[in-house]
Amino acid sequence: MRSHADPQFARGEREYQPVEGQIVWVETYTDDDKLFVIDLPDGIDLDHEPGQFVQLFVPGVGEAPFSIASSPTKDGPFELCIRAVGNVTNAIHDLESGDTVGIRGPYGTGFDVDALAGEDLLFVAGGIGLAPLRSIINYALDRPGEFGELTTLYGCTEPAEQLFPDELAAWADSPIMDYHETVDGVPAGQEWDGNTGVITSLIPPLDFDPATTVALVCGPPVMYRFVIKSLRENGLPDERIYLSLERNMHCGRGLCGHCQLNELYVCLDGPVFNYTTVRDKEEAEV
Amino acid sequence: MKIIDRSDFTALISELIAEDPREVVGVQADGDGYVFDSLESASDLAFEYDLTRLSPKKYVMPQRETLLTYRRDAGAADYEMRAEADPTGRIIVGVHPYDLAAIRQLDKIFIDTLHDEPYRRKRENSVLIGLTMQDVADTCFAASMDTASIESGYDLMVTELDDEFAVDIGTFEGDQLLESVPTRNATSEEIDRVETIETDLEAEFERGLDFPPAELPSLLEASYDDMDFWEAYAEQCLSCGTCNVVCPTCFCFSVDMVRELDGDSGRQERRWDGCLLEDFATVAQGENFREEVAQRHRHRFMRKGWYIYERYGDIACVGCGRCTAHCVAGVADPCEVYNELREAQHA
Repeated sequence: MRSHADPQFARGEREYQPVEGQIVWVETYTDDDKLFVIDLPDGIDLDHEPGQFVQLFVPGVGEAPFSIASSPTKDGPFELCIRAVGNVTNAIHDLESGDTVGIRGPYGTGFDVDALAGEDLLFVAGGIGLAPLRSIINYALDRPGEFGELTTLYGCTEPAEQLFPDELAAWADSPIMDYHETVDGVPAGQEWDGNTGVITSLIPPLDFDPATTVALVCGPPVMYRFVIKSLRENGLPDERIYLSLERNMHCGRGLCGHCQLNELYVCLDGPVFNYTTVRDKEEAEV
Repeated sequence: MKIIDRSDFTALISELIAEDPREVVGVQADGDGYVFDSLESASDLAFEYDLTRLSPKKYVMPQRETLLTYRRDAGAADYEMRAEADPTGRIIVGVHPYDLAAIRQLDKIFIDTLHDEPYRRKRENSVLIGLTMQDVADTCFAASMDTASIESGYDLMVTELDDEFAVDIGTFEGDQLLESVPTRNATSEEIDRVETIETDLEAEFERGLDFPPAELPSLLEASYDDMDFWEAYAEQCLSCGTCNVVCPTCFCFSVDMVRELDGDSGRQERRWDGCLLEDFATVAQGENFREEVAQRHRHRFMRKGWYIYERYGDIACVGCGRCTAHCVAGVADPCEVYNELREAQHA
């Protein structure tokens, strides 16, 4: 796992200086979820690891942390998938192509792609938890041969909650990734001819090899608790499970304390954790 | 160690007030207590104080400070964003060893490890003139936390000896400060006397941790799941966060947007925040990872005695007793909580 020797700690001065980013594209996925494509000025590459996050600052509005939804294998602008759930995110949803935002980061410990090389990867995403995982799903798809078999499970409460619809369709047709999706239920007026049921129902039929598989999980606590339980029941050792956790970072730099999870700082030690690191931590809610 | 006449020390402080571009702050009587505040006259300094309401942390990590400003020209689309780091240092006079120990811990975190520019600039432009304790607050247990005396973390350390002061020089800047006043080298008897004062002080403490602070991390780790214990304390806790506010080692903060009325400019401020406050660990969609007051209450004690130690090697309670003195519900006292936990473990 990467340590605090990462570049953001070496920069020293002007830690709170955002880089000016420009929104170059906005894609609306659901009533609450939009994708923002953000370009940094000439010569600046975000240079992130899959699973890391940035602090997005909007003048007059505020600042909030977001996992980076795009893979570092993709050149140029990076992407954030943002759900409107509060003052800051509601205001972000009003932003349009051409607007300027401030970007700090990337911060945190992401997925250790070197350690994952050669492993079969099982991505398990619940709802907007797909956004952080998409950074490494697309990383793996862009680097065929670097990992073993690729499988993605995606569960939403209802069909209308699905994100990245074009990519989901492409994943379903992908010759190098096995893709399964489900919804908890189908409200009247929505169409769905796929699986219905909670995401854990997709796990037993997979018949994965616990000796060669690593699961990468992201979603709300109620989802990851049951996913982990099911993965373990199906023989996956604890050390082969990684989680990306959501907390309320204000500074992103290990100081403000809002993201503290027992003795861990999610913004430094995470947001990606090996399950063995957090399994005994009450505040991880695993 | 140097010896300086009382009148010369007073003259030095007066000269600093008059000549130094920095504000000189010191301990002064205020109502029925003491505070660190701007010094108008050297004669306002209180040398025999027990405990100030707030620690001098407020000068290197103010209750509110600007991290970032933004502005745009009227009608323009793009904003200019600029990180700010107020460099205002102060000459801080009369800091007791436990408060010096607290600042030394913050230095390790904010300067040495995580490079926080606003903190670093204020801290490096400040001068700390320490003062050996002569009076001990009822709630203070610094001796048992090994912070009733200190060997580093100050520019000058002053001990009152009748009509003279013994001054230990901690830094080059401290040495420079003394240049303008007459001093002489301390005799070995005077050096012994300073040590005796520090040793005798330990007997003045009416309370203390019943065991070495180094045992706190393992004690707390073992006590984490004892919810009966934590809930019993938390029952009275008001979640007001006062214990956080008065603590010299608490450093958590929130970052808030402050908009100017012109609509084109404003700033990001950080302000002191507290882990006892209900929404401290709440995330965007309402999930609160420390929803119960007992969880928040426990978190504070874990952080002081275990979590910070895990990361930085320091016990983050210096035993000043401020939280004990100011907790309305009477449940914030680390000395009592830790001793009770220890007793329960050995029962």
